[in-house]
Amino acid sequence: MRRLRALLIKEFIQMRRDRLTFAMMIGLPIVQLLVFGFAINTDVKHLPTAVYDQSMQQDSRDFLAALTASEYFDITEVAKSHEEINAAVESGRTKVGVVIPPDFAENLKHGRSATVQVIVDASDSMAASSAISAAQLVGQMKSQEIMLKKLQGVSGKKIETPLDVRIRPWYNPDFVTAFYMVPGILGIVLTMTMVMITSMAIVRERERGTLEQLIVTPLKTWELMLGKIIPYIVVGYVQATVALLVGIVVFDLPVRGSLGLLYLLTSWFIIASLALGVLISTLAKTQMQAMQMSFFIFLPSVLLSGFMFPRESMPLFFNWLGNLLPLTFYLQILRGIILKGVGMSVLWTQILALTVFIAVTLAIAIKKFQKKIA
Amino acid sequence: MIALENIVKKYGPTVAVDGVSLTVAQGEIFGLVGPDGAGKTSIIRILTGILAPTAGRLSVLGAANPEDVKDRLGYVPQKFSLYGDLTVMENIRVLGALYGQGAAEIEQRAAAILAFTNLLPFKDRLADNLSGGMKQKLALAAGLMHRPQLFFLDEPTTGVDPVSRREFWQMLYRLNKEGTTVFVSTPYMDEAELCTRVAFMHNGRIVACDSPQGLRRAYPHKVLELATAEKSIKNLLAGCRLLDINPFGDKYHLVADDAAAATAEVGAALAAVGVPVASLAEVPPTLEDVFVALASEVA
Repeated sequence: MRRLRALLIKEFIQMRRDRLTFAMMIGLPIVQLLVFGFAINTDVKHLPTAVYDQSMQQDSRDFLAALTASEYFDITEVAKSHEEINAAVESGRTKVGVVIPPDFAENLKHGRSATVQVIVDASDSMAASSAISAAQLVGQMKSQEIMLKKLQGVSGKKIETPLDVRIRPWYNPDFVTAFYMVPGILGIVLTMTMVMITSMAIVRERERGTLEQLIVTPLKTWELMLGKIIPYIVVGYVQATVALLVGIVVFDLPVRGSLGLLYLLTSWFIIASLALGVLISTLAKTQMQAMQMSFFIFLPSVLLSGFMFPRESMPLFFNWLGNLLPLTFYLQILRGIILKGVGMSVLWTQILALTVFIAVTLAIAIKKFQKKIA
Repeated sequence: MIALENIVKKYGPTVAVDGVSLTVAQGEIFGLVGPDGAGKTSIIRILTGILAPTAGRLSVLGAANPEDVKDRLGYVPQKFSLYGDLTVMENIRVLGALYGQGAAEIEQRAAAILAFTNLLPFKDRLADNLSGGMKQKLALAAGLMHRPQLFFLDEPTTGVDPVSRREFWQMLYRLNKEGTTVFVSTPYMDEAELCTRVAFMHNGRIVACDSPQGLRRAYPHKVLELATAEKSIKNLLAGCRLLDINPFGDKYHLVADDAAAATAEVGAALAAVGVPVASLAEVPPTLEDVFVALASEVA
């Protein structure tokens, strides 16, 4: 116990002296949350739009007004030819081009189908899909409106739409991207700190030769590992708290589930990440290698865990690959507790997955760690 | 205290230690001497339980596995291995506690050891900001916290200035007088002279092991010391019956079997070309002469 305590005191003194790393550990969650929370918005609105209205009648103006009213389109350019529309999209001045043919109003008046061409810059897929669904929606609403008006005119009585699909977006009804991002960033920051800084801290001891001095003392392997892991569990909890505070104060993040459960389950993820860090430290010979290997874990964690892209749409292999990352399960726990307010009864599969991950990784890490000492 | 029997250590295809056997008795200052890459560090690492030998048997303080007697071993590695971002006192506290000492015991022992190593005025300085010599003293101090019976030092004075080196050895002597057995490796022959017994290591083997006096006695040749300002001695003395010519400080050591005959020959050869000779006389062989001879023998 004395030995472990001595190691812990040593780690905390070193942590406090290494100002830059210390500042990074606390500053990282704040900066990342602010940057990602404000900058990233998956619901792309206010797309610059060029319009070539050849009809110039009340009906075409109505349609354009409906487009702008949706907030998805801002008409920034009025073109006078197809070429001007093409040029606007090609140069990137606008993401969308709308062409209304000369016979638009005429066709509507005579009950014929009127066409509208919407050109979308799909090189930016997120903006394109927003534009496409918004334009389609506006078109359908307009059609329905006209049709109902016509039918009413014929029958003389009030007519209602035969199908009324009512959508209720649960958990995040206003589609606030920050609600989705904040838990994700919390997980990302923890991954980065726990895996990278831990692995580097252990490799640094080997690089500087201080591990050799530790090995000749009666210190046990498990004491050495605990001495390295415990300080970073503390760091992990500090980071998680900072991230949650920023989320709640700055982004009004609702925490619908039990905060206690969230803190409890966070330890599973922290330990899983630390186990990974220790494993990396047994493989890496230099701090540089440890950092490179950490990035090897970090990038897939960002891309495959469901942090940025929905895992449902991934090819089976990559979906399966994502299941090897602790962040995948922690994100489900975070979003489950914070946004959905679910409890253990729903999250037990994620807990089980993390437990298996910890057991396997730690077993390999301890085995390799001992070999290095012998 | 220590017994090694046919110890072999291989790193892949490289053989670092090639069948080493030696014993060290209580109260010795045992010196492991040899050039870089001779296998000295590997031997010390095996004895301190950092490395497992590939083959062979060992006994340290009566235990076959150094792991079992670690609390009675002390170790100063070749490279400074304490924490540079901790102060002298913090390093000492960590080391003391790692050997299971309580806070009061640590403070008491630290005061004595810091005084012994003259580090007391620097106790709040970060280890990174110490000079090379002071760093080694700190390593010594930290290694002594738990009063080891057997103390290993791996080239403790490499890169340390001559004054600090002398101080360092004085400390080792005092320690030894107080009953600690010292096992030290060094590339310096003058330090080898200070040991009670010396093993000369070359290419992973021990080629000689005895007291410095014993090693010198066993030396089969005679040594002439030549003092002259002339630099190209080797060419000038090519015709003389000498076994070897080695620079020794600002002088030369000439190795011969017949001292009187060689003195005459060398004197005549140098006089013939008009090289002034400050002195030329037989001297007792130094350990350096012994090791140079041993190294060329096994090479």
